[in-house]
Order: sequence, then C-alpha cells, then structure tokens
Amino acid sequence: MKIIKEKHPLLMRWTHWVNFPILTIMIWSGLLIYWANDTYTFTLFGVTFIRFFPQGLYDALHIPRRLAEGMAFHFLFMWFFALNGLLYVSYTIISGQWRELVPNRHSFKEAWLVVLHDLHIRKMAPPQNKYNAAQRIAYTAIIVMGFGSLITGLAIYKPVQFNYLAWICGGYHLARIWHFVLTIGYVLFFLVHVVQVVLAGWNNFRSVISGFEVIDKKPLPAIQIQNDETNEKTE
Amino acid sequence: MKLTKKLSKVFSKNKGPKKELTVEQKISRRNFISFGSFLVLGGAAYGGWRWLYTSPNEVPGITGEAHKPLRAVLNANEKVVRQLYSNKNLVKTYPKEMAAKVVRHNSDIGSEGLIDVGNWKLSVKKQNGELLNIGIDEIKKLPKTEIVYDFKCVEGWDQISHWGGVKFSDFIAHFKLDAETRFEYVGMETPDKEYYVGVDMPSAMHPQTLLAYEVNEKPLPPKHGAPLRLIIPVKYGIKNLKRIGSITFSNSRPRDYWAEQGYDYYAGL
Repeated sequence: MKIIKEKHPLLMRWTHWVNFPILTIMIWSGLLIYWANDTYTFTLFGVTFIRFFPQGLYDALHIPRRLAEGMAFHFLFMWFFALNGLLYVSYTIISGQWRELVPNRHSFKEAWLVVLHDLHIRKMAPPQNKYNAAQRIAYTAIIVMGFGSLITGLAIYKPVQFNYLAWICGGYHLARIWHFVLTIGYVLFFLVHVVQVVLAGWNNFRSVISGFEVIDKKPLPAIQIQNDETNEKTE
Repeated sequence: MKLTKKLSKVFSKNKGPKKELTVEQKISRRNFISFGSFLVLGGAAYGGWRWLYTSPNEVPGITGEAHKPLRAVLNANEKVVRQLYSNKNLVKTYPKEMAAKVVRHNSDIGSEGLIDVGNWKLSVKKQNGELLNIGIDEIKKLPKTEIVYDFKCVEGWDQISHWGGVKFSDFIAHFKLDAETRFEYVGMETPDKEYYVGVDMPSAMHPQTLLAYEVNEKPLPPKHGAPLRLIIPVKYGIKNLKRIGSITFSNSRPRDYWAEQGYDYYAGL
C-alpha cells in the first residue's frame, strides 16, 4: 500500500524554486558585466586551457555592449538573492532542518560510498535519512558558496566602504576572481544537480514541489502501520 | 504544508459530509494544489520579468538610457550606501614599487590631443558669481599629496597606480571655498565640455581625493589629463575626469557623461 512520507517543508521548497530564476538572472547580468573586461583564463603551467568565454556564446546570448544594463539588473536582483538566502538559512536553523542538511562526522566517508554507488561501481548505498552524505556535503557547500558570493560581491560593490570585506577576500582584484569562480561553481553544480534529479526520478522531483514522497510498502505488521499513520498525522 | 492543509480543508467543506480521504485522493489533491500554485506563481514570476525587461527607458535628463524601474533601484541603492559612507573609510594604499609603470589609458573624450599648458586656467565658479581663474603653477605651490592605490574601472579592470597632486580639501581651504562645500555636488567639465562629471560633496571632500598633476612622479602626459585631472579613489574611473577645465557647485546633480548613458550616477566604491 502507498504511504505519504513528508520530505521538504514548504519554505524550503519555495526558497529553492525562487532561487532558480534569481540565480539565472544574476549569472546572466554578471555575464553582461564580465564581457566588458573578459580577461580571465584557466592556465596551468603556462598552458591556457579555458578562455572565458567563446564569442559564439556572447553572440548567442546578446551579451556584448550591455555593461550598464547588466549592472542595473545585478544591483536589483542582488537584494532578492540575499533575502531569499537569508530566509532559507534562518528557516533551516530555526526549524532544526539543519540536522538533516549539515554533514555529520560520517558524511565525508560515506559520501565516497554514495559516489561509487551512483557511478555503479558499488551495489549498496549507505543508509540515509532525507539527504545522503553526498547531498549533505553538496547542499551545504552550495549555501556556503552563496554566502561567499554575497561577501565577495559586497567587497567588489563597495571596496572602500567595505574595505574589511575586501581585505578578507584578499583585496579587490582577488575578490572579483572569487566571485567569478563561485559562479562557475554554480553552473557546474547545476549540471550535476539536474542529471542527478533526472536519474532520481519522479517521486524525488515531486517532493520538491509537493513536499512529500510516496512510499509503496508491502503490508507490514499492524504496529508498524499504526506508527506510520501517527507519524503522518503529526507531521 | 500548513497552506496546503488549509486549502484542502476549504476544498473538503464544499463537499458536504467529511469523509476520510484515501491515500490516493490525498496524493492527487496535494499534487494538484502544489503543481497548480507552482505553475501560477511561476507564470506570474515570468510575467513580472517580462514587464521589467520590456519596461521603457527613463526620460533622458541628468541620467538616461536605463530602464525606468532599474534607475529607481540604482537611486534607492545610492541612498542606502550613502548611509554607510564615511570619510574615515580609506582606500588601501600600496608601496610605490607596486605601481604600474605603464598606466592604462581607456578613453580621451574631452582630453584629445595636446593642450597648451601655459594658457590653461582652471575656472572655479563661486557661489557669489565670482570666477576664479587658477594657473597650474599656483596649484603646484600647494601642499602635495601622493597616493598609490588600486584604480578601478567600471569595466572591471583595476590597476595599482601612483598619483601626485593637491588634496581637493586642501584646494578648497586654500582658495577659501568653504562656503561652497555646503552645496551637495561638485561638477567638473573638460575645457571643451565634451566630458563632464558630477560628484557628491562627501566623496569630493574625502581625504584621498586629489586634483592630480603627476603620475609616477612626472607631470601628467596629455593622455592622462594634463595638466590637471581628478583622482577620486572612492569612485569608479568614469568619475576621474581628465583635463579639468571648470569646477562648479550646486545642490542638484550636475550633468554626468556616463550617467546619461545608463550608468549609476553615484558610481561610488
């Protein structure tokens, strides 16, 4: 029989989905800004592997010559990005949901087992609650990254007034590089995230919109079923 | 969770006597509500974005070329950051050795070609209508201040550079322009009036704001704004006007070259 199992509270679902367009707009407007001085490359031992970004990408997205517009959009949506993040973090702390999110002392060891399992190298995944060990690390890291974007962003925005933030980031020049690297990090996170969501399937995806997962349980001893039902009512 | 429960209560009221819903019914009800509100609010968000993205530009004036709502936000942001502004916050300075030997030059709007430095005069319009005409030698007699700092361009590049000149606040004191500092803005224009900036008074009076006549301990070359330029570390490069021709004071925003083209008027750092 089917059982409804609560998974994601409403506020966590909404801050998650609200963040998606906000971050998209922040990355897009950031690209409008970056175009004006696109000097960053990824170079190792004198060999340049990546130059950000190919002209084709700029042309396809109509990026060139829109610096002023990019700044104007960026400096509006920065407020939404910060407030949405603040909402998510404070809710996670106050509700106690952080216990399901923050890596614990087993997570770093277990995360490897999860990765091996996901790559079909290992058959069994370690037991988990709401998030597995790899998810705990990834989803906590992305929050830390968001905080990093906020700090580096403020350091770039007002490097004289917030000179202590610029100092923390290693100066204005480095703050800008961190800010850029974090953005590349979001894009990479997004790619892995979407692949994992597709692989995890409908039940998992629905839980981020409806809040619950449906578990198909074979009839169990009566006590077990009663337990589940009371859980359901109190949740 | 609470909202969906409330909604499902409202729904069940309309259906007469209460019946315990089956799990299947609960699932489809909650899915309907969640996905329904997801689509409705998603659509609303998209509509809001289209509205913003296609919103008309502001009426051209002191500022121009920005979407009207975005300009309002830039101005609101200025109000917020001006609350945090203090002349005690200084730009980081560096040892001379770190200064770039080749100082980047981005634009020469208003400072093209050569200028006859001997004939150049800085005109300062005082509150009482009096016009001061000051030669470069007179300015060079004032106490000299040097600064080595990270110059920041709105495009995104930055460069440590070494400038020398007179502090704007020393210049004000020497020429007895204290009454003029009660105005809210300083306006500066090139002699040909092709390039012009407006700077709020607190930023102009910042202890690191210079009227510079030297770069790397040598007189400014024409492309860096000979004979006198503004070096204002609390602003992006766009406000660091080269080849100053005139200085005025006002309570309303003076015209500003890049603010007319969609950039933030304040452009503060």
